[in-house]
Amino acid sequence: MSSPNILLWIVLPYMAFASFVLGLVWRFKYDKFNWTTRSSQIYEGKLLRIAGPLFHLGLFAVIGGHVVGLLIPQTITDRLGLSHEAYHLGAITMGGGAGIATLLGISLLIYRRRTTAMVFAATTRNDKTMYIFLVSTLLAGSSATLSSAGIIGEEHNYRETVGPWVRSILTLNPNGESMMASPLAFRIHAVVAMSLFIIWPFTRLVHSLSAPVGYLFRPSIVYRSRDNQSTSGSRQARPGWEKVKY
Amino acid sequence: MKVMAQMGMVMNLDKCIGCHTCSVTCKQAWTNRTGLEYAWFNNVETRPGQGYPRRYEDQEKAKGGWIRNSRGRLKLKGGSKARRLLSIFSNPKMLNIKDYYEPWTYEYDNLITAPLGQQTPVARPKSLLTGKPMKIEWSANWDDDLGGGPANIEKDPILQKLAEDVTTKVKLAFEQTFMFYLPRICEHCLNPACVAACPSGAMYKREEDGIVLVDQQQCRGWRMCVSACPYKKIYFNHKTGKAEKCTLCYPRLELGLPTVCSETCVGRLRYLGLFLYDADKVAEAAAVEDEKDLYQAQLDLLLDPNDEAVLKAARDSGIPEDWLIAAQNSPVYKLAKVYKIALPLHPEYRTMPMVWYVPPLSPIVDVLTETGHDGEEAGNLFGAINALRIPLAYLAELFSAGDIEVVENTLRKLSAMRSYMRDINLGREPRPEIPEAVGMDQESIYEMYRLLAIAKYEDRYVIPAAHAEQAKDLENMGCSLDGVDLGANSNGPFGQASGNPVPVTIENFHILKDRQTQ
Repeated sequence: MSSPNILLWIVLPYMAFASFVLGLVWRFKYDKFNWTTRSSQIYEGKLLRIAGPLFHLGLFAVIGGHVVGLLIPQTITDRLGLSHEAYHLGAITMGGGAGIATLLGISLLIYRRRTTAMVFAATTRNDKTMYIFLVSTLLAGSSATLSSAGIIGEEHNYRETVGPWVRSILTLNPNGESMMASPLAFRIHAVVAMSLFIIWPFTRLVHSLSAPVGYLFRPSIVYRSRDNQSTSGSRQARPGWEKVKY
Repeated sequence: MKVMAQMGMVMNLDKCIGCHTCSVTCKQAWTNRTGLEYAWFNNVETRPGQGYPRRYEDQEKAKGGWIRNSRGRLKLKGGSKARRLLSIFSNPKMLNIKDYYEPWTYEYDNLITAPLGQQTPVARPKSLLTGKPMKIEWSANWDDDLGGGPANIEKDPILQKLAEDVTTKVKLAFEQTFMFYLPRICEHCLNPACVAACPSGAMYKREEDGIVLVDQQQCRGWRMCVSACPYKKIYFNHKTGKAEKCTLCYPRLELGLPTVCSETCVGRLRYLGLFLYDADKVAEAAAVEDEKDLYQAQLDLLLDPNDEAVLKAARDSGIPEDWLIAAQNSPVYKLAKVYKIALPLHPEYRTMPMVWYVPPLSPIVDVLTETGHDGEEAGNLFGAINALRIPLAYLAELFSAGDIEVVENTLRKLSAMRSYMRDINLGREPRPEIPEAVGMDQESIYEMYRLLAIAKYEDRYVIPAAHAEQAKDLENMGCSLDGVDLGANSNGPFGQASGNPVPVTIENFHILKDRQTQ
């Protein structure tokens, strides 16, 4: 394997993973105050009412598809009696639908962001950078899906190339050759996605890790003692510099 | 019985002149920042009127507060937990900035830098959100003093509700007779809908004093609290993406100082003090079937701080001794539970609000005087309260879920106090039958008069300081404010300069207090 390929398919995945995890830990420890959705709903609600759920729910389906497609080896689905053709058809229809919803959602969201003066004024440079990475990932992924289905280019079974590569990375036994065998569209998608993971912790995307599932299980009214105020999320005071107290 | 302490407020609406000093000082203290330009933790609205944010009382649209479901249990009006989690990507009930108002500034710079010309330069209004010139169409006080006339006032949700019950003729009579101001802060409810709606668990009620706060480190900006609060007193900071709200000036309260809005109120109409309540019974009380029973259910939650059993339970749950004394001297307990002249705002929202209001009698007195009657004579007043059903119905919609009798009783007590005290002030023989007519005795009506009319600083604000020794942080134990005179004039056993340094705020507070005419 040539050094650029080692860099792309062995070094970059671990770099992305490290940046993602360490970045999140750092952000959670030192910058919890800015860990928010930065919702713009107060400026504009009508478009968001359609676009927000469309994008997010579509994206959930897309992520679910990735988990199933990349983490479950073909041998298992074969053993379960699911033929490759049936699997492929299901993946294309469901994945395609989810992809269309996600793309439609994000197009509407970006349209809204650009055309609503208040929302546009509240868009930071960080947001704009994030949008470039997010949208390129989505576009590259969609074109990879189209190509794997044989709609553009040659039909390709990514479960023989991309899937094993992802699993080899996760099991700390990296196999870059497997990924190199996949078509260009997949390789572009993978690289852009990894760069998205690298910047993830430093953008508003951190809110995706705060899915409030615990809400379903906690009592309605939360009581807290004045004395138990944790300083979590803000740095501990350094020795020598005591907090102002009374 | 689980006794908890709650810091509460009472506002005597008879004294409110609508000067907005409370709003302005609150704004200067808490919300003079970008992201909260539109937010008024304290606002004063003219009633009848749409309020701020516009028509916040229309719960069919905003879906704030709680409802009682068919099984007799409380449920957020905004829907079940799962349903609200599913709508997290776009809260369908979220308010738009236009419901408050689009904040603006003026191009003052243009007045100085405009080139010499025929026309006088003007300072055009510019949106603080877009930076572009804008047309000012609404703000927090757009219908102040019934401004905008019937076109605006008719949109008052309470008026519309009344119009369904009675005839439109009634409404016209209402407009001729009645106008008053309603200052509003966060209600620091016993059963806060905002806390229950927060998916992140960032909102909480403080165990010690019941103040409802947002943990800024934990808030993730899901904005469910904004719509769940029926009073719309949670604001979304659009710069930080986090919810913010009235803190009841807890940093001041912890030192024993009143809130900024109370301290600066020129009418001296605000009272601050403790309630003791039974936390185990809150959910039950908030779920009573008939809305009109909610006021009584809320009163029943408040425990008598002079009752030995209550005191014992309070000590068991760790409430410090000086807090119990403060609860016994609490002006808000007296006004709400002993005299029963302070009423909760919109008890029908089932949140058990802890900012109470003495409903205004002055408009009725004014009508009597204008029509040539003696406005302070007990018989006339009682008769007028009976006759002026429309203002009463309006007040009842605000303060007692539509139960006119509750408002009537409080107004009758206020009338009795006026008439009884007038005889004393004019050197006439006091008439014991006046207090008796409203179920009070001469002594208690005189005490009520002292609390309402004389309203000394130390009677209005009975605020026990927070206990530093409760703090887990041992370093904080050095300076307990409890029971120690920290005044600048105090000379400890080791002379003035020894011991812990006294923070400037406390020092100033005691100096100012000593200077005040008592």
